[in-house]
Amino acid sequence: MEKSLSWREFIITRLIQSSGYSAIIFVALIFFFLLREGLPTLGEVETSSLLNIRWYPIEEYFGILPLISGSLIVTLGATLIAVPFGIGTAVYISEIAPRWMREILKPLVELLGGLPSVVLGFLGILVLSPFLRVFLDLPTGLTAFTGSLLLGGIAVPTVVSVAEDALDSVPRAYREGSWALGATKWQTIWRVTLPAAKSGVLTAIMLGVGRAIGETMTVMMVTGNAPVLATKLGSLFSPVRTMTATIAAEMGEVANGSTHYHVLFFIGMVLFIISLIVNVIASSVVFRAKKRAERILS
Amino acid sequence: MNKIIIENLSLQYSDGTESLRDVSMGIRQNAVTVLFGPAGGGKSTLLRCLNRLNDLTEVKASTGRIMIDGENILDPKTDVIALRRKVGMVFARPVPLPLSIRENIIYGLELAGEKRKSKLDEAVERSLKLSAIWDEVKDRLEEPAIALSGGQQQRICLARVLALQPEIVLLDEPTSGLDPISTGKVEAALAELKKEYTVILVPHSVQQAARTADHAAFFLTGELIEYGDGKTLFTNPKQKRTEDYIMGRFG
Repeated sequence: MEKSLSWREFIITRLIQSSGYSAIIFVALIFFFLLREGLPTLGEVETSSLLNIRWYPIEEYFGILPLISGSLIVTLGATLIAVPFGIGTAVYISEIAPRWMREILKPLVELLGGLPSVVLGFLGILVLSPFLRVFLDLPTGLTAFTGSLLLGGIAVPTVVSVAEDALDSVPRAYREGSWALGATKWQTIWRVTLPAAKSGVLTAIMLGVGRAIGETMTVMMVTGNAPVLATKLGSLFSPVRTMTATIAAEMGEVANGSTHYHVLFFIGMVLFIISLIVNVIASSVVFRAKKRAERILS
Repeated sequence: MNKIIIENLSLQYSDGTESLRDVSMGIRQNAVTVLFGPAGGGKSTLLRCLNRLNDLTEVKASTGRIMIDGENILDPKTDVIALRRKVGMVFARPVPLPLSIRENIIYGLELAGEKRKSKLDEAVERSLKLSAIWDEVKDRLEEPAIALSGGQQQRICLARVLALQPEIVLLDEPTSGLDPISTGKVEAALAELKKEYTVILVPHSVQQAARTADHAAFFLTGELIEYGDGKTLFTNPKQKRTEDYIMGRFG
């Protein structure tokens, strides 16, 4: 009896262990594959050519700077939209809205988070971009700004739900202590609740940025896909092409093993490194905040 | 002289839990008035009415009046922010704000618009001394208040209330989480406080009630059962239920 129990225990432990390891192995394999297909680029294309400002693969121009700048400008725009709206909404839901309102808004936001991005892209093409073209008097409505608006919309639910959880976990006693000292609701939010939830709110922002930078479908549909280096603020209102959209659009029709093929994987590596940096910053911020709290409590 | 007059106060929470039923009492200036009784009796609810902190919870209905210095503070036109500066409150669990010791003390003052450093420093020193914690923290004012022990935190919470120079200080089981030595320090601070302030205390035990009360009120399931001079009430209660509770027969 006892023996069979310990056998079962052993098998279950190993099963859980191996599924844990396999997750790590899969990620490692993906990374390895990415390196294997991407790194030959450095041998086939000169670095100076990679850092060129022309992306025209058919004529062997592999300058990836316009793609990087395209991704960055769209993500930056999306962040500028998603952060204030996301945190504002989170504060409203968690601190200000009456309970019935909260019970409607919370599921609604999570529902929005599940909206397929292709649907948003569709709305972008049909509604948002014609509107922007007329409203801002642009030659085309398919611009970085259009992409930023939609990506912002995609990132908002992520920011809201993570930030709202963080605000919600701030002890009610902090708020009551503050109110009892004659603070208004707004003063309490600004000086007590938000600082107390700081690490969670930062995580929310980082996750939102991560969501925006990796997004493919929507940006491919609405940013116009012109690989032009974004150099000034005005570039926000002209077409750009992001790294994700380039990979998605060109991978299907490229010859396996060609230089173009390798460069696309190289772009994937760059994207991977950028999101790695974002994630490392996010977790180090959270980690530092945690360590500080632990130090204080010890 | 009565600082506060409560007239026919009734209150019900929306979930129907704790409530007050037709409570009327006068609360003396410069004295410690103790509200005691078993849990769920309405003591904390009454405290939270006095600074209108109940505004922020779901209250179904409340009737009656609370007169402080002759003005009904339950009137919707009352300036709640000013009221809360005048009626300070210390909670059961010491919860310093996630700021430094000094910032905790000057938080309320800064919100009230005080910017002069000399005034703020003066308030920090005065209120920390009054809360009997100045000697323990005077060299570490910039450290986070959460790093202090529970007893110290509770005195910081008292000090941040006193920094606003309120007229009335409400204390909701301020020593429930503290060791006997810290409790002694807080109680000693109370005895000092009543010279300047009107103190209303919900004690965490009958013994503490008996130790500290100038006046005592016994609450049972939302009703005020007996109210009177502290010594008389604890040695010679008029009501059977009060006597039973004090003697430890229930509760």
